[in-house]
Amino acid sequence: MVSAVPDMFNELFSYPFVVKALIVGTLVALCAALLGVSLVLKRYSMIGDGLSHVGFGTLAIAMSLDLAPLEVSIPLVLAAAFLLLRLSENSKIKGDAAIAVISSSALATGVIIISMTTGMNADVCNYMFGTILAMKDSDLYLSVGVSVVVLILYAIFYNKIFTVTFDEGFAKATGTKTAIYNILIAFLTALVIVIGMRMMGAMLISALIIFPPLSAMRFFKSFKSVVICSAVLSVVCFFIGIVFSFQLNTPAGASVVVINLMAFLLFSVLSYIKKKV
Amino acid sequence: MSAILTCSHVSMKYDTAHAVRNVSFEVNDGDYLCIVGENGSGKSTLMKVLLGLLKPAGGKVAFHGFKQIQIGYLPQQTPIQQDFPASVFEVVLSGCLSRHPFPFYTRKDRQMAKDNLTRLGADGFMRKSYRDLSGGQQQRVLLARALCATEKLLLLDEPVTGLDPVMANGLCQLLDTLNKQGLTIIMISHDINSAVKYGNKILHMQTKPLFYGATSDYLKSEIGMRMIGGERGA
Ligand SMILES: Nc1ncnc2c1ncn2[C@@H]1O[C@H](COP(=O)(O)OP(=O)(O)O)[C@@H](O)[C@H]1O
Ligand SMILES: [Mg+2]
Repeated sequence: MVSAVPDMFNELFSYPFVVKALIVGTLVALCAALLGVSLVLKRYSMIGDGLSHVGFGTLAIAMSLDLAPLEVSIPLVLAAAFLLLRLSENSKIKGDAAIAVISSSALATGVIIISMTTGMNADVCNYMFGTILAMKDSDLYLSVGVSVVVLILYAIFYNKIFTVTFDEGFAKATGTKTAIYNILIAFLTALVIVIGMRMMGAMLISALIIFPPLSAMRFFKSFKSVVICSAVLSVVCFFIGIVFSFQLNTPAGASVVVINLMAFLLFSVLSYIKKKV
Repeated sequence: MSAILTCSHVSMKYDTAHAVRNVSFEVNDGDYLCIVGENGSGKSTLMKVLLGLLKPAGGKVAFHGFKQIQIGYLPQQTPIQQDFPASVFEVVLSGCLSRHPFPFYTRKDRQMAKDNLTRLGADGFMRKSYRDLSGGQQQRVLLARALCATEKLLLLDEPVTGLDPVMANGLCQLLDTLNKQGLTIIMISHDINSAVKYGNKILHMQTKPLFYGATSDYLKSEIGMRMIGGERGA
């Protein structure tokens, strides 16, 4: 029993596809959690959800045309990020309703394209709920590259991202180009969603953006501690989720989300207890 | 007396309806201008034009001796902010970002944030979380942030609305002290009595200006007497 745990990890790491998935997944979990803090606090969570549905639509297009998924998805989802941001900033035309319309339309279009071409097969299920088998070497390099860019930009503009998140009016009045940072946050989110989508599943990737920050906010009280806790929690939950998925043969994305849900419940209980004492 | 801000014939529309129409005034170094008027009379809109957050549909705002982004701004509180997970120090420090082109804080910035908290008697809750503070304490923190962003001109949008009378009074006296220390203030106020007590100039808005001038003249004007009388009668 004592040797069971190391054995399990040895077995896990002996598969190259698992190692690749763990590298990409860890980076995606990290980036998603960092960006998620701002998205949740700015009440932009719907953008993450909308982008993942658009992402599914673009995957369907790529699959039916037999094109490389990431190369098709990245430009299209970036364009969608720009559009969704404009919609949610514009309260006049009911931004959240518009986002819901776009995301369900993208999903429906994707499903139609798939059923008319390849048909609803196991691939489609993987796209929706995640698999760690999909990673090719070219995907690995692109994903690592994109994640590193996201992390570097986040680190450089951390203080700007804080002020834009906390108080956009003040930030703009004191000379911060808030529109640029909003677009930066939306674009980085789009990139993270595209590279994380196939492992986590299009239906579930947005949970990776929303859950860790929500859990962290239950307990931590400064922006920096929320960001750090969210990042650590996200990576830990991802790891546990993947091990879980590997052992029990459950879909990767769904397993990670369930672990995130458990972490959220745990943090909620802890914060409740802390308030009582 | 030298003007540091002139606002000439400023108008502002949302879609087609005017929110601000043909407002002109001048702010001198050391002035304390109070903008009063009913809800929806265009006060916040005018302030956003002064800050460059909105582009005026007509007219011009000019600054003399400093730049528009060197204004300290205390916005009307939004509910989103009130439960935001940020430490007081993080919030105040963010006022220093406009001081240099690079997005990092220097040791001088940190010192300045501490000094401004001390200046407002708020250094005691520097390490606390913003969302755990009372409304009055939150306003002090946002004021400290605004002081980090400016040495000259402070714009405040209804800073005491929602505070209990003791807190409100404390904040008003704090602003009065800052003004006497040389800071120029433009404040939107709901409380006409404190506006005429502290301000040396009054701008009474109702989309267009109903009155603009010295406070002593406002008190003698028809509209001023009606406002003060109405408040007392109520
Ligand atoms: N973003 C906006 N879009 C459309 N109309 C607005 C917007 N903000 C304010 N208004 C309208 O402009 C008028 C002036 O508003 P505001 O400047 O906020 O008034 P005050 O601050 O004096 O209460 C109001 O009639 C308000 O409904
Ligand atoms: Mg207002």
